[in-house]
Amino acid sequence: MSIIESEQSGAFRRSKSDTPFSAGLAEKAVAGLARLGSRYGVLIAFLVFWQVASEAGWLNPAVFPPLDKIISALWNGIAGGFLLDDVAISLQRAGIAFSAAVIIGIPLGLFMGQVKAVEHSLDPILQLFRQTSALALYPVFILLLGLGEASKVFVIFWATLFPTLLATIGGVKQADPKLIEMARVYGASRLTIFRRVVLPGAVPSIFVGLRLSATTALLLLIAAEMIGANSGVGFQVMNAQYNFQIPLMFAAILLLAILGLGANYALERLQGRLCRWNQLSR
Amino acid sequence: MTQGQASGRGEVSIRDLSKSFSLNGRALNVLRGLDLHVESGQCLAIVGASGSGKTTLLRILAGLEAADSGDVLVDGAPIHGVGSERAVIFQEPRLLPWLTVIRNVAFPLEVRGVSATEAADRARHYLRLVGLLDFSEAYPAQLSGGMAQRVGIARALAVQPELLLLDEPLGALDAMTKMTMQEELTRIWSEEHVTMVLVTHDLEEAVYLADRVLVLPKHKGGVIRTIDVDLPRPRDRSEPRFVALRQSLLAEFGLH
Ligand SMILES: Nc1ncnc2c1ncn2[C@@H]1O[C@H](COP(=O)(O)OP(=O)(O)O)[C@@H](O)[C@H]1O
Ligand SMILES: [Mg+2]
Repeated sequence: MSIIESEQSGAFRRSKSDTPFSAGLAEKAVAGLARLGSRYGVLIAFLVFWQVASEAGWLNPAVFPPLDKIISALWNGIAGGFLLDDVAISLQRAGIAFSAAVIIGIPLGLFMGQVKAVEHSLDPILQLFRQTSALALYPVFILLLGLGEASKVFVIFWATLFPTLLATIGGVKQADPKLIEMARVYGASRLTIFRRVVLPGAVPSIFVGLRLSATTALLLLIAAEMIGANSGVGFQVMNAQYNFQIPLMFAAILLLAILGLGANYALERLQGRLCRWNQLSR
Repeated sequence: MTQGQASGRGEVSIRDLSKSFSLNGRALNVLRGLDLHVESGQCLAIVGASGSGKTTLLRILAGLEAADSGDVLVDGAPIHGVGSERAVIFQEPRLLPWLTVIRNVAFPLEVRGVSATEAADRARHYLRLVGLLDFSEAYPAQLSGGMAQRVGIARALAVQPELLLLDEPLGALDAMTKMTMQEELTRIWSEEHVTMVLVTHDLEEAVYLADRVLVLPKHKGGVIRTIDVDLPRPRDRSEPRFVALRQSLLAEFGLH
């Protein structure tokens, strides 16, 4: 009767946090700190080590500047506005490419997963495209689309499309035939079966693809900006390194990490809301 | 919430039914010249060795499989595919994992265009019948195997079928849960006045639940036997006549 247990423990947890001024406050604070410590202790230790090692000269501060210098470079960049412009243009490139990949990848994947003949004859060429590094094709895209925004967005789109497309196809194909048969017995039409059995079952798999696509989008974004751009966070990393503004370089790297974490967090939250059932363990 | 009481509802007539599959290029005769009649409101059990065609027969009755030849009539009319007067309880619960228990039970009703509120009301009624009303908002992953199977039973009952087809519905359950569920099935069957065709490999289950037991032969072309179970309900598994009937079924399989 796991549901009863989980409800009880949920109520228990709620009552705990609802009465913050009760007797065991100090104990709770300690317990809370211990929980934070076990989760973020290693991260904090790493950051402290960086700061100390850089200041004490154990690490070459020209290559690894102390954290406070990096943070202030980040602050200056944001307050000065130029880093924000870079973030905006980077988000625009990755965002357009990712959205296009989702808008094309999911419907195409749903269709291909349903129609065996189409999937059968398109799979080989998909595998070939997928295995061809998008970066290797970047020169081709530049020849076709020029050095401007179009080729950058397209190379990101190209690399981002496949994880979502293939995961969607996979999710549709792995639909449980026993559930489909059950729906058939109760008179469900093909469309109803697709809408109410196949599609919901494919959602977790689609999300795996989306998260992989988001990671890929950022990866390709940086590469494309490093190769042929004069704006964007990826450009800023390279540019700061050329000009030996090492704290700024790390500030840009930090920004990229934050973008990645943010994208992943957003998708995780969405997934949690759409696939609550899938997170219930037996 | 009563239905199916009028005479002739859920009555099954099968005449000269044959079905074969092609297996590695060769024809495999699974059913040959089968005749069968189930009165309205009766419970017929089908037993037989594995591979004797029990599931095939049930799938034909469900409309999931077409017969090669012969007549399959439900309430006097030949069946064409699946039909709303028939429901199937499978060996596995086959619940949609992304729907709560109550939405799972309401699923066939929603598919058939019953309004959401009426579907939920009916689902609640049948969840109460199988004793799972408190779990309406749970997800299938939060249920035990026996509970999930009861949800599957509630779902089949919720469409208020005239003919209920059960393919080893309790086969995956442990002995204790199984006996409790057999008692529940008897109770539900008498309350719902539904005709049942129950495939099982459990001879005691057949004697406990059925009015009549059909024994499919091990070898194709062998004799199909039926044994009447003329015992009052609720049945007592230790009563001499019950034991004797179970023995005679065992003897059908050459076991003693
Ligand atoms: N779709 C199918 N294609 C080929 N052979 C099948 C198919 N379904 C069942 N069979 C064969 O028919 C025989 C009877 O199967 P089944 O009705 O499932 O038996 P039972 O339920 O009595 O164990 C088995 O030999 C099985 O291999
Ligand atoms: Mg079977």
